[in-house]
Amino acid sequence: MKFRTFALASMGVALGATAAFADTTIRWLHLSNDDAGTVELYNKIIHDFEAENKGVKIQLQDLENEAFKAKLPTMLQSEKDRPNIFYSWGGGVMRAQAKAGFLEDITAAAAPLANTISPTALEAFQVDGKTYGVPQNTGEVVFFYNKKLFAQAGVKAEDIKTWDDFLAAVKKIKAAGITPIIVGGGEKWPMHFYWSYLVMRVGGAHALDDAKAGKDGGFKNATFVEAGKRLHELAALEPFQAGYLSTSHPQAEGMFGDGKGAIELMGQWLLTAQGPNAADGKGQPIDNIGIFSFPTLPGGKGEATDTLGGINGWLVGKGAPKETAEFLKFFSQEKYQREAAAKGVYIPVVKGTESAIENPVLKQIGADLAKTKYHQNFFDQDLGPSVGRVVNDISVAVAAGKMSPEDGAAAVQQAWDEQ
Amino acid sequence: MTVTTIQESKGAAGGVWVAALIFLPPALLLFTVFVILPIGEAAWYGFYNWDGYNRPQNFVGLKNYISLFNNSSFRTALLNNLIIIAVSLAIQLPLALAMALLLARRAFGSVAFRLIFFLPYILADVAAGLIFRFIFDGDYGPLSGATQALGFGPVYMLASPTWAMVALLVVIVWKYFGFHMMLFIAGLQGIDRNLYEAAEIDGAGAFQRFRFVTIPQLSPMIKLSVFFSVIGALQFFDVVVPLTGGGPFNATNTMVSFLYLFGITRMRVGFGSAVGVVLFVICVTFAFGYRRLLMRDD
Repeated sequence: MKFRTFALASMGVALGATAAFADTTIRWLHLSNDDAGTVELYNKIIHDFEAENKGVKIQLQDLENEAFKAKLPTMLQSEKDRPNIFYSWGGGVMRAQAKAGFLEDITAAAAPLANTISPTALEAFQVDGKTYGVPQNTGEVVFFYNKKLFAQAGVKAEDIKTWDDFLAAVKKIKAAGITPIIVGGGEKWPMHFYWSYLVMRVGGAHALDDAKAGKDGGFKNATFVEAGKRLHELAALEPFQAGYLSTSHPQAEGMFGDGKGAIELMGQWLLTAQGPNAADGKGQPIDNIGIFSFPTLPGGKGEATDTLGGINGWLVGKGAPKETAEFLKFFSQEKYQREAAAKGVYIPVVKGTESAIENPVLKQIGADLAKTKYHQNFFDQDLGPSVGRVVNDISVAVAAGKMSPEDGAAAVQQAWDEQ
Repeated sequence: MTVTTIQESKGAAGGVWVAALIFLPPALLLFTVFVILPIGEAAWYGFYNWDGYNRPQNFVGLKNYISLFNNSSFRTALLNNLIIIAVSLAIQLPLALAMALLLARRAFGSVAFRLIFFLPYILADVAAGLIFRFIFDGDYGPLSGATQALGFGPVYMLASPTWAMVALLVVIVWKYFGFHMMLFIAGLQGIDRNLYEAAEIDGAGAFQRFRFVTIPQLSPMIKLSVFFSVIGALQFFDVVVPLTGGGPFNATNTMVSFLYLFGITRMRVGFGSAVGVVLFVICVTFAFGYRRLLMRDD
């Protein structure tokens, strides 16, 4: 009995001691794939926040991309291990987390962010009108091209406006003895960018939402079949590098860096990844890289300014201390986000920061994103992991002619029904 | 004398019970928590459409099993497992036996060769997969380099569904034959030399000695080897993911890589559990059937 009292007392003392040491600890989980510049910025923001808010401590933890995705569902189940702030690509995964009750509603606290962050970006972290997180960065999937190789083949990027222009350019590049397009087909998702953009250009801004709502046969409708047909039409020109079905994404980035192909459809991260993955470790100099938007389709409802790309940010775990939302607001201040833009580590979502971007290609992407009226999250994130991976599967199979465009569309619908 | 024996044996029996009471619970507890419960849980999850969040709630009956058998990628994976079993039995084990016959004698260099052939088995599966991914790479790999040096074009083995499967089988045979060779060498060294002498005196030739002395004497080891091959082939996973990622077109999946890629990474825990249950049933049926039919006397 005496022992128990003693134990309780000492436990109380211990608890009191930690409380005096730091009233609140916020556990912040990010990806270890973030480069050194980003982590440096995070640490600086933490330092500033802790200096202004005595008694609040922020613990920065990290997990590797794939490990993060695999471990997060388990971590969320545990009240003790649930991170207070964690990285998110939004979309179907976030909706599942919200539905399961693992996310904290920060609608009221986050309301002032509407003054500084675009509504599209904010909506990416809302479910049924409730805000569960704060967006941090955005990006664009766009055609990157090698200026020298284009000149060599006599192709002008400015002239590529329609799908037919694009196919003609591909033929011309191939005729010049250059591999027209590099794609990391072994990982599948790089190919799903083609199918996604084609869906957006054929069906316009509402195509995906209508399909999700089951209108017009859902994913089996003409838009999705047409996208598959166009993709196969492109692939039939054999524009991809030899053995593209087994090429991994880092390999593909390296090939672009090595100048082994003229075009790659990829997100803005290609700019930082093509160098380290190239054989010489440097890759293409920035003034040899240009971008052009995904072409429009005749009769398509989508516009050339519609963009595909991620909106990534931070979700707040259920039961997070109330200071968490304050920290995210602190984090989203223009002065910090301008710094990220200037360093070129990511494209911030905070309005006005795009002017701080120094990298010329990234600046152009920032300008595209500033004028877009319809920005679509990656299909494989938006549709959630099970349907998203089916989209990746069928994109490669339809391109390679292993599956008909109709069967591809039907497979997506089936996955949507089964989830 | 008799009395004491009885007393002694009684005491021993009591001792066994005490020992069982002391030593069994920890083992039984661990076995239950880490083996029995997960099996039961997987069987239970298999009846739900569940993404891994919260508790499974959406009961779907046998739907996971139905969509599993309607899934062409799963049927391919199942077929691939059968192909791996066939190649293990028809190529890997004879190769292992041939090498064992050559290296079981205490000839010069035999120990060194045993070590060399056994080394791939020690190598981590993921490392082996990555090494061979490089070897088979059409742009930078030595295989493609060799074909180009011979005047043929580069070969992209991993980009073709058929050849990627061949590549996978090559890695499997290369990696595991050394293990079976070691089993056979151990078995061969246990055969009484007198049997060979007797056979020779009776006029048996080299092939007859192999057929009527070596094979029967080695049969327990062969049965064991077949058992390990089949179970290993059914549970094969680690090399697939780094080597081919199950692709192209999900043509090189095994049942376990299918479970991982279609169950875990797609967050379809219920569906993945159904795959696990099917795999478990196949393995258990084989293991018990095989032991009952062929390994009764061993």
